[in-house]
Amino acid sequence: MEILGHLADGFLISFEPLNLALVIFGAMVGLFIGAMPGLGSVNGVAILLPMTFLVPPTSAIIFLGAIYYGAMYGGAISSIMLGIPGASTAVATTFDGRPLALKGQADKALVAAATASFVGGTISVILFTAFAPPLAEVALAFGPPEEFALMMLAFATFIGLGGDDIPKTFFSIFIGLVLSAVGLDVVSGEPRLIFMDLPGFLHGVNFLVLAIGIYGIGEMLWTVETSRGNVSMSKATVSAKRVMAALRELVGTWKTMLMGSFLGYFVGILPAAGATPGSLMAYGVAKSIAKDPSTYGKGNVDGVVAPEAANNAASTGSMLPMLTLGIPGSPTTAILLGGMVIWGLEPGPLLFVDHKEFVWGLIASLYSANLFSLLINIAFIPAFIAVLKLPFTILAPVIFALCVVGGYVPTLDMHDVWLMFIFGVVGYLMRKLDYPLAPAVLAIVLGPLAERSVRQSLIGSHGDITIFFQRPISGTIMVVAIILLVMPLYKIIRDRMKAGRDEGGAA
Amino acid sequence: MNKLSTSALSLSLAVGLALGATTVAGEAKAKAWEPKKPIEFVIMAGKGGGADRLARFIQGIIEKHKMSPKPLIPINKGGGSGAEALQYLKAKNGDPHVILATLNSYYTTPLRQPKLGIDISKYTPIARLAEDTFQLWVHVDSGINSVKDYVAAVKKAGKKGWKMGGTGKGAEDSLVTGMLMKKFGIDMTYVPYKGGGKVAKELIGKHINSTVNNPAEQVGFWDAGKSKPLASFTPPGMLKGKWGKIPTFQDLGHGSDMVYYMQRSIVAPGGIADDVRDFYVSLFQKVYTSSEWQGYLNKKGLIPGWLTGDKLQAYFIAEKAKHAKLLGK
Repeated sequence: MEILGHLADGFLISFEPLNLALVIFGAMVGLFIGAMPGLGSVNGVAILLPMTFLVPPTSAIIFLGAIYYGAMYGGAISSIMLGIPGASTAVATTFDGRPLALKGQADKALVAAATASFVGGTISVILFTAFAPPLAEVALAFGPPEEFALMMLAFATFIGLGGDDIPKTFFSIFIGLVLSAVGLDVVSGEPRLIFMDLPGFLHGVNFLVLAIGIYGIGEMLWTVETSRGNVSMSKATVSAKRVMAALRELVGTWKTMLMGSFLGYFVGILPAAGATPGSLMAYGVAKSIAKDPSTYGKGNVDGVVAPEAANNAASTGSMLPMLTLGIPGSPTTAILLGGMVIWGLEPGPLLFVDHKEFVWGLIASLYSANLFSLLINIAFIPAFIAVLKLPFTILAPVIFALCVVGGYVPTLDMHDVWLMFIFGVVGYLMRKLDYPLAPAVLAIVLGPLAERSVRQSLIGSHGDITIFFQRPISGTIMVVAIILLVMPLYKIIRDRMKAGRDEGGAA
Repeated sequence: MNKLSTSALSLSLAVGLALGATTVAGEAKAKAWEPKKPIEFVIMAGKGGGADRLARFIQGIIEKHKMSPKPLIPINKGGGSGAEALQYLKAKNGDPHVILATLNSYYTTPLRQPKLGIDISKYTPIARLAEDTFQLWVHVDSGINSVKDYVAAVKKAGKKGWKMGGTGKGAEDSLVTGMLMKKFGIDMTYVPYKGGGKVAKELIGKHINSTVNNPAEQVGFWDAGKSKPLASFTPPGMLKGKWGKIPTFQDLGHGSDMVYYMQRSIVAPGGIADDVRDFYVSLFQKVYTSSEWQGYLNKKGLIPGWLTGDKLQAYFIAEKAKHAKLLGK
């Protein structure tokens, strides 16, 4: 009851005219920033942070929170429309969103993304409202062994997929892991795998460079090849009737939405993970629990719903360690944390006591930020669809330019642009040879997190591997991961034996 | 004749010099150098860490009071413990629109990676804004109340049983840990994490037994009654307020050598013009004297320590020598 009282106070604050206007403005800015490849919520919040000195801290955090949210919605747009991930958090959305658009169902994918974002966002804010302090304890209970177990679970969901070729999936993961090891050793800080001593490799292989290369450049090469030049892009249409039909169809994905929301929120809470791993893991889990995993990657609506619900839920989740522990759960919250220092607020356990209006104003504003992001997004769908109707000869150079900008912006280094082109060509070839690309992307995101946590655990346990099974939380997650890994093997063996018996019976 | 001409010469020289000086001064006053485009504010650490947050705080102060005619754009180049940033600064020799926010990896990285060919004496020192301090921290539930208790507990637990959290081999906290182990003849397992904030959280979650955190990283948990400092790695009497109430190692009779600071300074590339340097020095002097900065220093237990020009360069050289010894190079 006390919480409801705080929340009501929070709503009063968030509905003040200034704050309401900031929420709407922030959601629109975020939508645009998220949709621009290379510009994600991190850049958006960092660029606009200085502007917030003009307003009181509560309004400032409400504005930046709305941008963060809007960007989570916006990232899906270019992922679906152009096949270029608009932000790192929307990479998983390209896996199925792009095939849907190519099938002429871009409107369905966009509606699915927006709706799933809304559901994920709203569920996570409710969880935040009701259980912030106990969940902060969960974040504290997660040490290195638990983090590593979680990473294993993520990898297991990607391997344990019935449809794909398992050796090729492994190969793809290993490529991603090797790339993720480039740069600086996570423990000793020594440079390693610096190809030709090029200084550009010192900051490692940026994950967005890989994703934009594979999905943006690779996609374009692919389109050029398959269409032999005479492309009319997809036959995209949109009407109120089709949107309603899409919404009705989405009711069937409620399980995936719930799963994505809870998983995303939970991963978001853990310090140092954030929305990108959350969305990738949600995609993997959705695929591995699906009745027919082979439809994923070819335009399955659930494949859009899972990561989109998860990335919004995770972005709320990552605010929890920021506010309660003073530790950023994602790169964007790291910037927000810097903002709080400037505004003179001390993040940490006492923030909920000393600055109630700030915390609850923010929480309440997240409810309205979600609603406005959804409405703005749906309203703009016809405009996005119109882009798809442009001839390929116009669209291709635009995509190309956006890819170059997207590769350059995160590090401001031409090195990364060249690297992106190389990945584009390699990604195209891998696709021709039928290698799944998503596992490589997953590996480069989770690789550094997994490496750091496994090494920390083993340093702490003096090389004793049983540390992962001795602790209740990590032990449980590890067992689930191992079951997921073994399941497809069991299936293969069973199918072979069955096939053998059938043949035997026939002969 | 000789005498006359010499004095005439010296007179005309003096007049000439004086005239020259006035024209130069006049010109400088008329058009002191100002940035013509946004200034790249390079941070030699990743996003979200202590160095990054501090740099963005500085950017915020400059922005809020419109101290610079062009904005500062923070860019993180944390690769190779800041090697990436140092090499970038080297490549930008003579560029007036780049500055670097440094921490102690400014000396330790070139020492640990001599192959990089970085000579920090080639860069232009701008300003030292503060020196950050370190304390030895434990969880309140540990039952440890003093350095004496601490040493006894570590000895009892042994290397395998005692985990010290830090941010990486060769990082500041690992050097401080080394000092601690040498001084008290104790041994422990050093576990590296990503950033001091994460280290602080791991102590509160009881995944590690002790830390040597900066005040800013632990203050929230200290205020909430979750962690406590045992001793400061400063000389006595340096810290104010509640930070001053923490004993120093010297107060406890462990000698005056248990002292370590983290410097927070700004440097520019080498080969920049004097008026460019003067612009930055006066910019950061404004930052230093702002009420936000002074308030931050007080609250977060940092030591104010304005230093610029040759004195700052001499300080850098001396600190580098001190770190060479600590690193055993």
